[in-house]
Amino acid sequence: MPKKSDNTRKLEDVGIEIDGDPDSADEVKNTKSKGGGKKPTGKRGKADDSEDGEDEDEDDKPQKARRANRRKAAQQQPEEEDSDDEIPQRRAAGNRRRGKPGANGGENGENKRNKRGGKKQKEGKGKGGGKKKSSSEDSKSEGGDEEEESMSEGERARLMEEVEEKKKLIANIRNKPWRMKRRLKHLKEAQLFVDKFEGALGKGKGRKLYAYKVMMMKKWIKFQRDFDNFKTACIPWERKIKEVESHFGSSVASYFIFLRWMYGMNLVLFSLTFGLVVIPEVLMGLPYGSIARKTVPREEQDSAMDYSVLTDFNGYCKYSVLFYGYYNNQRTIGFLKFRLPLSYLMVGIGTFGYSLMVVIRTMAKNADVGGGDGEDSEFTFAWKMFTSWDYLIGNAETADNKYASITTSFKESIVDEQENQKDENIHLRRFLRVLANFLITCTLGGSGYLIYFVVKRSQEFQNMDDLGWYEKNELEIIMSLLGLVGPMLFETIAELEEYHPRIALKWQLGRIFALFLGNLYTFLLALFDEVNAKLEEEQEIKNASIWFTKEYYANYTLNNPNDTGTPPPMDPADVIRGPCWETTVGIEFVKLTVSDIQVTYLTILIGDFLRAMIVRFLNYCWCWDLEAGWPSYGEFDISGNVLGLVFNQGMIWMGAFYAPGLVGINVLRLLTSMYYQCWAVMACNVPHERVFKASKSNNFYMGLLLLILFLSLLPVVYTIMSLPPSFDCGPFSGKERMFDVIIETIELDLPSFLGTLFTYAANPGLIIPAILLMVLAIYYLNSVSQAYQNANLELKKKMQMARDEEKNRRNNKDSTNQVMKDLEDLLPNRSNLPPAEEAKDKHEEKKAKVKPGAAGNGVNLQKDVSLASANPNARGPVTQAPGPRAPGPGAGRGRGQGPPPRR
Amino acid sequence: MGNKQTIFTDEQLDAYQDCTFFTRKEILRLHGRFHELAPHLVPMDYTDDPDVKIPLALIVNMPELKENPFRNRIVESFSEDGLGNLSFNDFVDMFSVLSEMAPRELKAIYAFKIYDFNVDNYLCKEDLEKTLNKLTKEELTPEEVNLVCEKAIEEADLDGDSKLSFADFENMISRAPDFLSTFHIRI
Repeated sequence: MPKKSDNTRKLEDVGIEIDGDPDSADEVKNTKSKGGGKKPTGKRGKADDSEDGEDEDEDDKPQKARRANRRKAAQQQPEEEDSDDEIPQRRAAGNRRRGKPGANGGENGENKRNKRGGKKQKEGKGKGGGKKKSSSEDSKSEGGDEEEESMSEGERARLMEEVEEKKKLIANIRNKPWRMKRRLKHLKEAQLFVDKFEGALGKGKGRKLYAYKVMMMKKWIKFQRDFDNFKTACIPWERKIKEVESHFGSSVASYFIFLRWMYGMNLVLFSLTFGLVVIPEVLMGLPYGSIARKTVPREEQDSAMDYSVLTDFNGYCKYSVLFYGYYNNQRTIGFLKFRLPLSYLMVGIGTFGYSLMVVIRTMAKNADVGGGDGEDSEFTFAWKMFTSWDYLIGNAETADNKYASITTSFKESIVDEQENQKDENIHLRRFLRVLANFLITCTLGGSGYLIYFVVKRSQEFQNMDDLGWYEKNELEIIMSLLGLVGPMLFETIAELEEYHPRIALKWQLGRIFALFLGNLYTFLLALFDEVNAKLEEEQEIKNASIWFTKEYYANYTLNNPNDTGTPPPMDPADVIRGPCWETTVGIEFVKLTVSDIQVTYLTILIGDFLRAMIVRFLNYCWCWDLEAGWPSYGEFDISGNVLGLVFNQGMIWMGAFYAPGLVGINVLRLLTSMYYQCWAVMACNVPHERVFKASKSNNFYMGLLLLILFLSLLPVVYTIMSLPPSFDCGPFSGKERMFDVIIETIELDLPSFLGTLFTYAANPGLIIPAILLMVLAIYYLNSVSQAYQNANLELKKKMQMARDEEKNRRNNKDSTNQVMKDLEDLLPNRSNLPPAEEAKDKHEEKKAKVKPGAAGNGVNLQKDVSLASANPNARGPVTQAPGPRAPGPGAGRGRGQGPPPRR
Repeated sequence: MGNKQTIFTDEQLDAYQDCTFFTRKEILRLHGRFHELAPHLVPMDYTDDPDVKIPLALIVNMPELKENPFRNRIVESFSEDGLGNLSFNDFVDMFSVLSEMAPRELKAIYAFKIYDFNVDNYLCKEDLEKTLNKLTKEELTPEEVNLVCEKAIEEADLDGDSKLSFADFENMISRAPDFLSTFHIRI
């Protein structure tokens, strides 16, 4: 029976594949448990068989009576027959899977299968009837042209459906759990089919359009693929990250992936800033030295090129394109009439807009992918078992560490499971924790005060000469040192608390975050003080400057009485100028960023590299083993590094408006950082012994980034909206407020009706309802999401219940409902059935023991569970005597002693 | 890419791109890796689809797999004959499933196959014990192993047959936070 064996072979083929459809679990079982015996597959196989048989019968008889296009040579017949029934069957199998991606699931697939069956019948008959345009002759029907004319509406629709289905298959084939060979074959078939019949669809005049559409679609897909190829080719550092990954596992690599992501974002910000602000200014703006704001003042000119001055970003640096003050307030520059002030403002706002968009989109994508919504307790062991190995690890040492850490974590979980931790001396621990928090609050407050004090002092220093290097850079040094020492201090204090490492890490992160944030905001507040002082000062200088200019011209006419022409303009270096607070703020941020870079790099050099060198080479001549004992090699501090990166980005966002060059500096920093840190981590760090992730979802750091983004948005928007810009520097000089630029553009450049439109739009009468509407929308969406959440919870509960129910049903025919049980208990002649009673008694006990977290059961658990599996429904007999409770009080009435604790 | 074009025809590359999560360059790189494993066996020219298989022993020595406790299972589950001999198709398949882009459902299916040591389409206790012993290098006592396996089954078993069917496994793994990030090999 070659036919039969053929069939089983194919079934095996199907059976190997695991159906991905969770709905059709039964089906999976059927196809899969074939290993045990052929029985389960029998049903399905029979169905296919009968279908095939029928097909074969009908195939035989009308074979000769076939129409012209089926005129095959007689010797081809066996082969044809074979493929003829192979295809439908495969089709059926394929179809079953194809039902998966669609939301309609198995039911849909069922329908389709039926339809297919029906179609096949029809095909059989259709051979006599003449009209046949069936799916099964996809790849080998040649020249079905004359039939197309006679194709009826219904068949066309069916064909269309078929083609659509094939297309869907082509799009989704990579998600199918098939062997590659089979995938390739199906792909080819589907493509052939689509190619063949796509043109046949559409009718009359529509046909051409349809063909055109199809062609465009193909081109578009091709373009998309090429573009994707290009895009992935552009992603840098793939190799580097892989190397790190294989040495340190996915958690360390996640930092580098974050760094790369950050680099990409900054690259866009950089191109925005440089493309729309800096380069136009350089190309088309007035050159250096043409006006006062672009010239170093006379008294500074001698030292303006000194290295020490330049490293402070004074001198020529200060009057360069890097800072706000350099830009002119000309409305348009160059022959292109480029509106620089407007562009400046727009880029400033666009930076924030783009960053917000990117961060939120990434967060949404992450939330979509990461399904980490399970509760902690639900699958502890199963998760540990199946997801704790990091497949990325490709380094022996890391692998050893991983083995050790997995073993420890299993042991810990076992201990947790076995005994409920009891807190001895809870009062002492509480006291210690309060003390620790008190100390940390003190540290935070102290650091805030220190920064405020230093900023104030630096303002005093500004009026003094002959300052040392320390006095000049005091603020940056103090801030960097605080950022360095603070976390260490926190770590030491946290020892007092004795939290579980995971919780401790969370606290630690929160505290570092608070420290950085506090420092940043104190710094900002102090800076605002300075800005306000400058604003007052400016008023005076403005008057002085005007007076000075007048004086100059008066003097000029006085000195050259016979010169009647206009006096030569004053040398821009001599003009009295205001303090230009924007540039000052910009310089502060740039200095802060640069010193942050220096400190970070130095820390890596000393803390990691030097340490590694000492440990490595001094080990030969030292009293104890340096590598194994103290100080040992450093570990890569993931959370600290990520936090550093996040805060650095915050400073960039804040400072970019006042110093367009800052973004460029940051891009350079990230670029070097990638190489430097990759090298450092590979050269001097050892893999973590134990990794505690701060959060399960990868959105934790993104959330921090979003928070920082929002916090850095506030001061910038405040300055744009409510502080008057300096009168003699920057693109907005001479305006009341910075955003006046927009109003000016609306009035002068846009048609007048748009202007009136904007005035209407800016009317409070419109804005307030708009805000109200938004609030309402937020409220509505919020309540909707809450409702979904509730529904989710409810479903989860139901699943849990169904699961318990199922479990209990298997173990015990009884209803699990407590009330029903009690009712049963009250039945009068219960005790007349001792054997059943006894069996039930056993179940009772099993259930009691199987409960997770049953304290004190310890390792013995397994015995009882093996008992539980041997339930009366199964074939196997009960091999072990019931546990110690079997002869319990009132052996006949075991049920009466109260129910086991329900989960 | 000009000079490497002779390894595959354009259609082949397109087909591979349709069937996997790789780009053209990655497929060529994969071929390079495959060729590296057994230079005398694997031809540089794949346009006529030669039927070449590389034995398991060579594949598990790739740096990507070398340290993986489940390496033999991975290769076996992706080989067509179940013995671990991989053709290039299987090889591509393997890394496609393990790539970053593969969806959770697909990964879950193959993870199930990998952890199913005795290939009976159920994760029974025996499978779990093997998994656990590989994960911990057999450092847990037999009692502990037993306990952990019981617990894991109990947590994930939905239908109470004291072994994990695929549905059980998928339900469990689909909620695991780390699964996607750890069941992943960068090629």
